[in-house]
Amino acid sequence: MIDRHPWLDALAHAVLIAGVVLVAFPVYVAFIASTHGPHDFMSGLVPLLPGSEMVANYRAMLTDGLSSSGAPPLGGMLWNSLMMALIIAFGKIAISILSAYAIVYFRFPFRAVAFWMIFVTLMLPVEVRIVPTFKVVADLGLLDSYAGLTVPLIASATATFLFRQFFLTVPDELMEAARIDGAGPLKFFRDVLLPLSRTNIAALFVILFIYGWNQYLWPLMVTTTSSHYTIVMGIKRMSDVADALPQWNVVMTTVVLAMLPPVVVVVGMQRLFVKGLIETEK
Amino acid sequence: MSAIEIAAVSKVYAGGVRAVSDVSLSIADGEFIVLVGPSGCGKSTLLRMIAGLETITSGTVAIGGRVVNEVDPAARNIAMVFQNYALYPHMSVYDNLAYGLRNRGVPKADIDARVAEAARMLEIAPFLDRKPRQLSGGQRQRVAMGRAIVRKPDAFLFDEPLSNLDAKLRVSMRGEIRQLQRRLGVTSVYVTHDQLEAMTLADRIVVLNGGRIEQVGRPLDVYHSPASTFVASFIGSPAMNLADAEVAGGAVAIGGQVVASGVGGIADGKLTVGLRAEDILPTPNGAGVPFAVRYIEELGATRLVHGSVEGRHLTMALSPDLPLADEIRITVAADRLHFFDGESGRRVGR
Ligand SMILES: Nc1ncnc2c1ncn2[C@@H]1O[C@H](COP(=O)(O)OP(=O)(O)O)[C@@H](O)[C@H]1O
Ligand SMILES: [Mg+2]
Repeated sequence: MIDRHPWLDALAHAVLIAGVVLVAFPVYVAFIASTHGPHDFMSGLVPLLPGSEMVANYRAMLTDGLSSSGAPPLGGMLWNSLMMALIIAFGKIAISILSAYAIVYFRFPFRAVAFWMIFVTLMLPVEVRIVPTFKVVADLGLLDSYAGLTVPLIASATATFLFRQFFLTVPDELMEAARIDGAGPLKFFRDVLLPLSRTNIAALFVILFIYGWNQYLWPLMVTTTSSHYTIVMGIKRMSDVADALPQWNVVMTTVVLAMLPPVVVVVGMQRLFVKGLIETEK
Repeated sequence: MSAIEIAAVSKVYAGGVRAVSDVSLSIADGEFIVLVGPSGCGKSTLLRMIAGLETITSGTVAIGGRVVNEVDPAARNIAMVFQNYALYPHMSVYDNLAYGLRNRGVPKADIDARVAEAARMLEIAPFLDRKPRQLSGGQRQRVAMGRAIVRKPDAFLFDEPLSNLDAKLRVSMRGEIRQLQRRLGVTSVYVTHDQLEAMTLADRIVVLNGGRIEQVGRPLDVYHSPASTFVASFIGSPAMNLADAEVAGGAVAIGGQVVASGVGGIADGKLTVGLRAEDILPTPNGAGVPFAVRYIEELGATRLVHGSVEGRHLTMALSPDLPLADEIRITVAADRLHFFDGESGRRVGR
């Protein structure tokens, strides 16, 4: 233990508070902006106290959208983002836990090759392979569909790697005890490995949900009709208007709404999430 | 309950390591066999081949008259207790015991009854709802035993089940395992590197060395007539004293001093002579050979005296009542000597 010292304590607090302010202030500004009318920004000054248009702004964005910038009502975009984030999170978890299971527990030809191939794809995130991936998705006719939005993002080396590392810490005797207890490979996976991975799955889910939710470049490329727009690209479209000033109040309204689902996920799964990151007890 | 027949079994691991070589062993129904040997001698490998967790490179294993080389572990009807217990961490004690039974479709009422009986026998009934991490090491050990018992297996296989317990608990669990096995009458194969555990538990001890059987026999037989210098130095604490000797015309001499004569059945040449610590006796008033005391280990009931005779190291066990000097005189009964071939280390003579 490091010695506690009154003014080291104070310094630590100062640093932490500064960090919190640094993160929270922009969020505060965004929220305040979303409570003002469209003309409060003309002066070029950002208001720091709440305005009176909060209810109107939120109602307008949830029901009508912002027709001038071609953004549909937020409900649809939020739904698309939610679907995308959920499909990516569940898809990644399902595929990576199964492939990690195969790599750790089964002896098959070219097992090491399979592992290294998965590992190498770590170096090929979507941004790097975006052109060929787009071509493939377009040729498969998957533009403007949930499949097109999510499938190319699902294959996941990171998650496979994390599950592999976790499985390697599970003692072999557990698998052997299960074999003697008459559990075949799938039963062992379902009855033992999956429950043991619970906290890891939860932690990954939080990370992957936010990863999926925040996707910007890929949805921008594969969606062309507004019915498949996601909220993150919607924000961009709204703030990017031609021949006019962006309506910052409604953009910020959208931003605040877009922040809510990830916040809900993080808060709701916080306990499991932290456990999954720190727990080593088996 | 069944006999286990191991015939010319060998195991070569993928890397080319020869872990078990040509082992044959007949285990009678209800017998308690202990496989003992130093770390890495192939005990676990042999046990795991019986369990079906490791493939058999050559030879056959039969349980209850049925060759099981190609039979799945679950279908061999054995139960195994692991060193680290291998309890399912996320299941309650009850579920740990019941899991194997559910998998074989045993009716719920039957499972309840069997778990209750095992829990009573092992005194773990109060913990049935707990998770393994809420139990002490000794309690986990009992749960692992319980998981084996509820299966009503043909054989119990133990792989160093007591190694993770503290010394006191180990002694009491040892006693319990022995009594439980007697009561249930289930054929048992028990692996340990601890010769004391082997001596106290076994109906018959199997001493393994380098993947081969050195000796099979009842504990006292192995102790009193070890088949080789390896067994002599492995079984018994302190280890048997060993000294190089020569034999000529039935006279055995250590460093020119004849210690036994008229010994039959040994060809002239090099020999290793073995002598248990307790077979060395102090002699009064100047008889015997001088023994220079180097240091003493007090064990309470006895006293181990380490020293040397003519430069050869020797350990003897003495009663703590006897007065000690820097040099005492000792003697040895010739009929207590063990003779081993100087080259192969195998027992010769008697
Ligand atoms: N899975 C394995 N692959 C290769 N070699 C192994 C494997 N398991 C054990 N061995 C080797 O086989 C020998 C016997 O091992 P083991 O049966 O575990 O010994 P013990 O249980 O007597 O300590 C050792 O030399 C060990 O290194
Ligand atoms: Mg072992």
